Amino acid sequence: MKTQTYTLNLGPQHPSTHGVLRVVLELDGETCVGSKTHVGYLHRGIEKILEDRTYPQVIPYTDRLDYLAGINNNLAYVQTIEKLMNIEIPERAEYIRVMLSELMRIASHMVGIGIYIMDLGAISAVFYPFIEREKILDMMSHLSGSRMTFNYLRIGGIAHDLHPDFKPALDQFITEFPRFIEDYHRLIDENEIFIARTKKTGAITAEKAMSYGLTGPNLRASGVNHDIRKTNPYSIYDRFDFEVPVGENGDCYDRYVVRMKEVEESFKIIQQAYKELPNGPVMAKVPKLIKPPVGDVYHQAENPKGVLGCYVVSDGTPKPSRVHFRRPSFNNISIFDEIFIGHKIADVVAILASFDFVLGEVDA
Amino acid sequence: MEFLNNIFVYIAQWIRETLAALGFTPVWVEMGMGTVYLVSILGVCTLAALFYVLWERKLAGYIQYRPGPNRLGPNGWFQTVADAIKLLTKEDVVPCGADKPVHLLAPVFIFVPTVLALAVVPFGKGMAAIDLDLGIFYLIAVTSLSTIPIFMGGWGSNNKYSLLGAMRAVAQMISYEIPLVFSLLGVVLITGTLQLQGIVAAQSNIWFVFLQPVAFLIFIIAATAETNRAPFDLPEGESELTAGIYTEYSGMKWALFFLAEYCNLFIVSAIGVTVFLGGWQGPLLPSWVWFLIKTHLLFSFFIWIRWTFPRIRVDQLMNFGWKFLVPLSLANVFITGIGVYIYYNGLGW
Amino acid sequence: MENKKKYQEMLTGKFGDNVVINAEKPYELYANATNLLEIVEFLKTEGLNFLADISSADYKEFFEVVYQLYSFDDSDHLTVKVKLTHDNPQVTSLTSLWETADWLEREVYDLMGITFINHPNLERILTWEGFEGHPLRKDFVSKSGRK
Repeated sequence: MKTQTYTLNLGPQHPSTHGVLRVVLELDGETCVGSKTHVGYLHRGIEKILEDRTYPQVIPYTDRLDYLAGINNNLAYVQTIEKLMNIEIPERAEYIRVMLSELMRIASHMVGIGIYIMDLGAISAVFYPFIEREKILDMMSHLSGSRMTFNYLRIGGIAHDLHPDFKPALDQFITEFPRFIEDYHRLIDENEIFIARTKKTGAITAEKAMSYGLTGPNLRASGVNHDIRKTNPYSIYDRFDFEVPVGENGDCYDRYVVRMKEVEESFKIIQQAYKELPNGPVMAKVPKLIKPPVGDVYHQAENPKGVLGCYVVSDGTPKPSRVHFRRPSFNNISIFDEIFIGHKIADVVAILASFDFVLGEVDA
Repeated sequence: MEFLNNIFVYIAQWIRETLAALGFTPVWVEMGMGTVYLVSILGVCTLAALFYVLWERKLAGYIQYRPGPNRLGPNGWFQTVADAIKLLTKEDVVPCGADKPVHLLAPVFIFVPTVLALAVVPFGKGMAAIDLDLGIFYLIAVTSLSTIPIFMGGWGSNNKYSLLGAMRAVAQMISYEIPLVFSLLGVVLITGTLQLQGIVAAQSNIWFVFLQPVAFLIFIIAATAETNRAPFDLPEGESELTAGIYTEYSGMKWALFFLAEYCNLFIVSAIGVTVFLGGWQGPLLPSWVWFLIKTHLLFSFFIWIRWTFPRIRVDQLMNFGWKFLVPLSLANVFITGIGVYIYYNGLGW
Repeated sequence: MENKKKYQEMLTGKFGDNVVINAEKPYELYANATNLLEIVEFLKTEGLNFLADISSADYKEFFEVVYQLYSFDDSDHLTVKVKLTHDNPQVTSLTSLWETADWLEREVYDLMGITFINHPNLERILTWEGFEGHPLRKDFVSKSGRK
């Protein structure tokens, strides 16, 4: 019998492309035999816009890269500038920065895991992580007045000290969160269908992952122990005791496991930072007009999605000559075209979801 | 008590006598009664769908720590009515390039097997519209028809997602028809009748779920697959195929598909109750109340499954159906056959 | 830091004048555009096995393409820069060494207009196919006149 392949346009409007990713699949029945990923539907030209902004004005734009983890982006950018200007920031600000970054990592992973399981068909599984995320977003809105686009960190510290409402909310979160982790493990980990769908699906070898520039949980799931917080500690991450979870097979199941473990490690860091939180000022003495010296600097930070690199070129004026972001999701999803081949449509969706990418970051 | 138990039977009798008293010939009386039955079945169909759409949303809300619909009417109980009105007033969109007659007829046809199946369901003692001798056989024959309108919908929409969904639906429904039939056969072997009232009557001492636990399990799984519900909702598979066969349907056409899905699930629950859970039998309460309670519980069980499990993949679905469920159900029939033979004939030595 | 000295000594020994070490920043070096592929390939075999990023900057007189190399083995970081003329910005593609270079170079090509020789699929990635010009160049003027 003569058969032929056909083209299926997955996205940009599709429930499981997490926004506006477009994948053109060449299908033989249900099996994918060819794939081409198109990005750029959310391109806002942030890097061009930033040429016309002063250094502090850049911070709100970083919120909109990986909009699920704004604080982490803020942190990477302000640290780049601090590195360029050699600013020492106060202890208390460092602790608060780390604490908030880890809270955001939990919030981001909650979305990642929840949406991932939902795309596998278990719709209820998205609601439990979102409840936890909601608690974090509530805390953050106490601090910054905004749920997702915080603009809370400043070059030289943080905008203002912790809000009085923040501490009770964090106390409550710390007492309630372990219960959620336990429940969620019971719900998902040994679910027969979940295992059947994710084990050996979209497996990536360590070499492939490194060659394609994967970072973050997606790289660690393939068995590469690489976490900038451990290998090249920035801020005060070297003071905390935490593990870097690593997977074995690099399949969809491992990506879930690594994220879940990472959430627990972040929770450990939060508890430590909260306990040791010192008193003092939260802003260093920085000039009113921020004019870094001529030069360029590259700084990397471990974001929930992977390594966020920030490259800033300064020409000595109050506006940066060039700001470039290495967006982890952009590198992560470049592997899609290769790993989709040979999988069923349902697996393609599972792989898409297991990568936990954010289009705001991919397209910049 | 006796009156309450037979209230619907009395009503039917009264209508019949009134029609006769009005001077209609017996042929016309039968025609009149047929119309009454049809109207009441359609009523049950619509009411069940309207109620269960909301019930599912409420229950899903409960499972997911959220209130569910709670705005319109007391506790949001009129939400489905509002939704239905909204859907009725929406524009009827036919995608360009669609096979128009097929596309338009599919949502209509999907209701045919549903209504046909409800005709033989015994809602209570003496309360089946038609009590066929071949009840189960008829049910299976009629429900398997629902593959055709689903395929029509997928084919006629001129959309690749729809077509994929339709292909999946056909493969899945044909594969799971077989274990479904075999699971019912075990019970038929024990009772020796295909008549649904007879099967219910045979369960006066013990429900067949205790005699045929494996068959009941197979029935639940196969029925979930037959009604295209999660974890077997591949034809719809919203995260993969946007909405599968329903992708191009909107407004009233979509509402018909949606209502039919709930009616089908209601029928499947009703069959499960009739065959395995003692039908309308139960103490104290009127028979039809017992029937509704049991059906409601089984329906809620299906809802619970749907909101808990991830979706299975298409090749895993086929493997599971052909390599596990079919052999298991065959073995079940075989062992039941031996058991029945021994029960009636002794061991023969 | 010692590792970086090691790379620098090896590089200057092997490539001579084609590599210029930045005196102020020990983790930074300038490579000659024609020799880039060999230099980076050498660095890759020496342990800098991860291409973290490719970025670019427009200094009006010339372009700079900036490669961030990283080593998983000893957590080392090295920046390789290439200067390109404004008239004919061309550099060899690194897609033969790392597959991530594919998308990263496409992004640089799209936004800065630098051509990568031997790139298998050099087309626009973030902007649309019919887009004119390369927005990150300093002399880029948008059609709408907005900056």
